Amino acid sequence: MAVTSAAQAGQSTRFVCRSYMAMVLTPKPPIVEWVAEIEQKIKSAAHLFIGPPVVLDLAAVKLSQSAIAHLVAQLEERGVRVMGLENADAASTGTGVPPLVRSSRGIGASVDLAQSPSPSPAPAPAPEPRRGVATLLVDKPVRSGQTIFFPDGDVTVLGSVGSGAELIAGGSIHVYGTLRGRVMAGSNGNTRARIFCSKAEAELLAIDGHYLTADMMDKGLRDRAVQAWLDGNAVRVAALD
Amino acid sequence: MAKVVVVTSGKGGVGKTTSTAALGAALAQIGQNVVIVDFDVGLRNLDLVMGAERRVVYDFINVTQGIAKLPQALIRDKRLDRLALLAASQTRDKDALTEEGVQRVIGSLRQMFDWVICDSPAGIERGATLAMRYADTAIIVTNPEVSSVRDSDRIIGILDAKTLKAERGERVDKHLLITRYDQARAARGEMLNIDDVLEILSTPLLGIVPDSEEVLRASNLGSPVTLNNPNSGPARAYFDAARRLMGEDIEMTIPTDKQGLFGKLFGRRAA
Repeated sequence: MAVTSAAQAGQSTRFVCRSYMAMVLTPKPPIVEWVAEIEQKIKSAAHLFIGPPVVLDLAAVKLSQSAIAHLVAQLEERGVRVMGLENADAASTGTGVPPLVRSSRGIGASVDLAQSPSPSPAPAPAPEPRRGVATLLVDKPVRSGQTIFFPDGDVTVLGSVGSGAELIAGGSIHVYGTLRGRVMAGSNGNTRARIFCSKAEAELLAIDGHYLTADMMDKGLRDRAVQAWLDGNAVRVAALD
Repeated sequence: MAKVVVVTSGKGGVGKTTSTAALGAALAQIGQNVVIVDFDVGLRNLDLVMGAERRVVYDFINVTQGIAKLPQALIRDKRLDRLALLAASQTRDKDALTEEGVQRVIGSLRQMFDWVICDSPAGIERGATLAMRYADTAIIVTNPEVSSVRDSDRIIGILDAKTLKAERGERVDKHLLITRYDQARAARGEMLNIDDVLEILSTPLLGIVPDSEEVLRASNLGSPVTLNNPNSGPARAYFDAARRLMGEDIEMTIPTDKQGLFGKLFGRRAA
């Protein structure tokens, strides 16, 4: 998760921002029928709605402040706790209703009530990759069978990535060691992501879904420090030394 | 304070059981109180390698289930009174082991011995994860070939994730034991060399055990190689490894049988 903090010398308070995953419900008119439908869904798949924080996306309906308060209360009665509102008029929010929230990227995973409930909770919207902000630093080798999944930004590994290990990053991947496993950079569609390593013996290099397997790589680049980048639809590899 | 050691590898057939028996016996020969515990429920072998297969009455599972008391199930070695064996059950499977049961038995063994050496089954499933669960130290047995090395890498990752120590944020001490090493074949490039293995696994080396007929001969006789032929190359490698495990600083060598053979010839000539 992205973390921004502001701290000044002499101040003991830190202002920390974090982003969280939440489930989004999108009420549709007529509201009464929608609430009845939700009630039905709660009966068949309580785990979907009860427990995880819920945000109401009010884009499809126009409600007054009292109507929103009533809707939130109705949901609360059924065990669904609303932590925020999205796409509501600023005029109709205030005390007595949950605060207005803004998602970083549209409605990533709203629950479509027309479909039967899935057995597991719908994935919450993934935050937009924040280039240059989030970096995951791994200070030990990544062993065979381990997977590191970091959609929010770059991954830096101090050590080797073993054969059969997997690194997936939303941004670039840096390996200060031998890269023997599989690495996928720019997994969120970041075509500018790159892969760097001090010794290339990788099983697979991928950027934004375009990939090179070990066999496709230039033999002359094996065991050398290399970088890989995306050129159109092709992954290019060049020596760094 | 007793040390719990797990001998593990991921891959089967690399020499876990042989190494458990040889190191356990070597530590006992040096004067330590040692128990070796077979975690390979359903496919037990340690009793055979120790030559104790006819003396197993109660096993590990019986103790965890309260059917037998721990002292009843411990088999004292006939040759080394400081060495004991806790056999696995051959008729059950790995699901018969419970985490609480293992914790209780390991806890009791800690009170009774200096070293508790757990012989892990192959694989990364329940049996293997239970064997490593309460370990302070892990010995990763690796053959110098790619599949064994990759499986060892995998098991090291699991040691860093699924042991009690790892879950508490501590670290399990890890040592690499390279077995079946053939210097001539490594020189010809038919085998990974030691530096390659160490580079891939980035784990400190406990010892290099040369490939030798002595190991098979000892196993077939039901005797750890360190007892059966203490002067053989593998036995000397295991003695060095045991001393390193105790914290001694010993120069890393690859002992060979040749010296012993030469000694024998020389001895014969003198006689």
